[in-house]
Amino acid sequence: MSSSEAVPIETASAAPAANAAVTARRDRPSAGWALLGSELSVMFRRWRTWAMLAALAAVPILIAVAVRVTGRGRGPAFLDQITSNGLFVAFTALVVCVPLFLPLTIGVVAGDTIAGEASHGTLRYLVIAPAGRLRLLAVKYAGCAAFCVAAALTVAVAGALIGAILFPIGPVTLLSGSVVSVGDAAVRLLLIALYIVVSLLGMCAIGLFLSTLTDVPVGAMAATAVLAVVSQVLDQLPQLDALHPWLFSHYWLGFADFLRAPLVWDSFVSNAWLQAGYVAVFGALAIGRFLSKDILS
Amino acid sequence: MSDAAIATSGLTKRFRGRAVVDDLSLSVPRGSVFGFLGPNGSGKTTTIRMLLGLISPSAGSISVLGEAMPDRGASVLPRVGALVEGPSFAPYLSGTANLVRRDTADRYAPGSTRSARVEAALERVGLSHAAGKHVRAYSLGMKQRLGIAGALLTDRDLLVLDEPTNGLDPQGTREVRNLVRSLADEGTTVFVSSHLLAEIEQICSHAAIMRAGKLVAQGSLDELRSASGPRVIVTTPDRAAAAEVLTGFGLAPDATGGEVEAALGEDAPPAEDLAAALVGAGVRLRGFAVRASSLEERFVELTGEGFDVEQ
Repeated sequence: MSSSEAVPIETASAAPAANAAVTARRDRPSAGWALLGSELSVMFRRWRTWAMLAALAAVPILIAVAVRVTGRGRGPAFLDQITSNGLFVAFTALVVCVPLFLPLTIGVVAGDTIAGEASHGTLRYLVIAPAGRLRLLAVKYAGCAAFCVAAALTVAVAGALIGAILFPIGPVTLLSGSVVSVGDAAVRLLLIALYIVVSLLGMCAIGLFLSTLTDVPVGAMAATAVLAVVSQVLDQLPQLDALHPWLFSHYWLGFADFLRAPLVWDSFVSNAWLQAGYVAVFGALAIGRFLSKDILS
Repeated sequence: MSDAAIATSGLTKRFRGRAVVDDLSLSVPRGSVFGFLGPNGSGKTTTIRMLLGLISPSAGSISVLGEAMPDRGASVLPRVGALVEGPSFAPYLSGTANLVRRDTADRYAPGSTRSARVEAALERVGLSHAAGKHVRAYSLGMKQRLGIAGALLTDRDLLVLDEPTNGLDPQGTREVRNLVRSLADEGTTVFVSSHLLAEIEQICSHAAIMRAGKLVAQGSLDELRSASGPRVIVTTPDRAAAAEVLTGFGLAPDATGGEVEAALGEDAPPAEDLAAALVGAGVRLRGFAVRASSLEERFVELTGEGFDVEQ
């Protein structure tokens, strides 16, 4: 991309102003991928994004250091296996992050999508550029999904690295009792990260919708994060059995299936369908709201 | 309709039942520099938001560059550059990065010339030296310039500038005027709003005046000036006495300045009768003149004076 841009830039910088050819518009619209590129580059240039990823990376580091300092410990799943195999730092950290830390960061990113632009007053300029309201929503959602990928990978990779530094790494004993190689375990770790990314897509859609309702990003962020907590609390109440399979957090911790041999995909498939349903419903609500919204910010 | 850059008919916007813009029928000729005047709160920005498809009208229709808005926004808006209700940028990005971001949203803006166009726009508003600084560190005037640069990223057929001189010092105001003139010379229609007539009177060919959501006048500047009758101006040390005499003729004199002035309506007596009456009443005349209203007097006449925001 940079090589194709280099020539016109240099020609123009010799005489930047009043160069009619430089400011000419295209005759036909481009496919419009540039806006997605811009969205991603802005997101990963923000100090806030890196702060959240650093906080997520701190979770496996804290776990590993604590276990290393205090010796064998009791706690969340897999914790007792860390001392014998460092890869379990990553598994443990993912289990710890899924209920709260990951939803918090996703809440911040998803709640900020539209409301953040509105609060800066940049939303009106994107709309009149014109970005196209539907395209803007799609780009914002894609950016949010990209953050989910970055967040899940950050925890998994940071966990594997700190585990490898502080503990021995070797073949992994699965929940089903069989033993797999380090390479096989690493693939399973990435599959779990993928499972978690898929798990969070429904929540991204909820955040996107809430973000179209307000010009105050903090409100949308908090509401999104609170919904994640509420969904998990409801999932704990046996009286609401009938409701459980419909809660977007219902399969969040179902990735233990990926630690069995052979791989069991049942939870992944159920989860993917559920998340797709949430994306469809809240995506439609967001579109319905945003396409007709009076932009007064 | 297609020869107008902007044409609205019966345009109305109600918020919670209250009409903020009421039955507006604007007509902005192509190639004009059109001043959109009115006090704060008179509905100028709401009108501009409707023209650009940011908010939908409660009633009425809009045509911009010959196409219906907001339905045809995807093809109209790339040809329109705009500054709406002040400049707005992501504070954590540089001036250049903000313009690049805005430019990527426009699918008619070629990516191959993006850097060159951003650079040219920054140079045109005199911001090249601050291009790499975070917008957080910009002064209000610099943000205003950056906002104008954002409207100039590609060739535009129409520029909509909402209060473009806000926050600028006199030097910056003059630069904006020169910029608008040079853009108009290139054939761009410029629609510029302001609550200060003096700032744009020199550059406009046409104007419309808003008051409390309603259009009270529009046309070329000459038409606007001549719409109001001539004024009589009396220079005298006996201002109170002179005002009394003029009031006796059914006029509404204004003696607050150094001179006594009054608008001569259609049924006003001939000026020579006024002069005779003033002399007859013992008013010592130093000067007596009749001249056409200035645009400013017309503006004040139509919108009222003072800072009250009308609801």
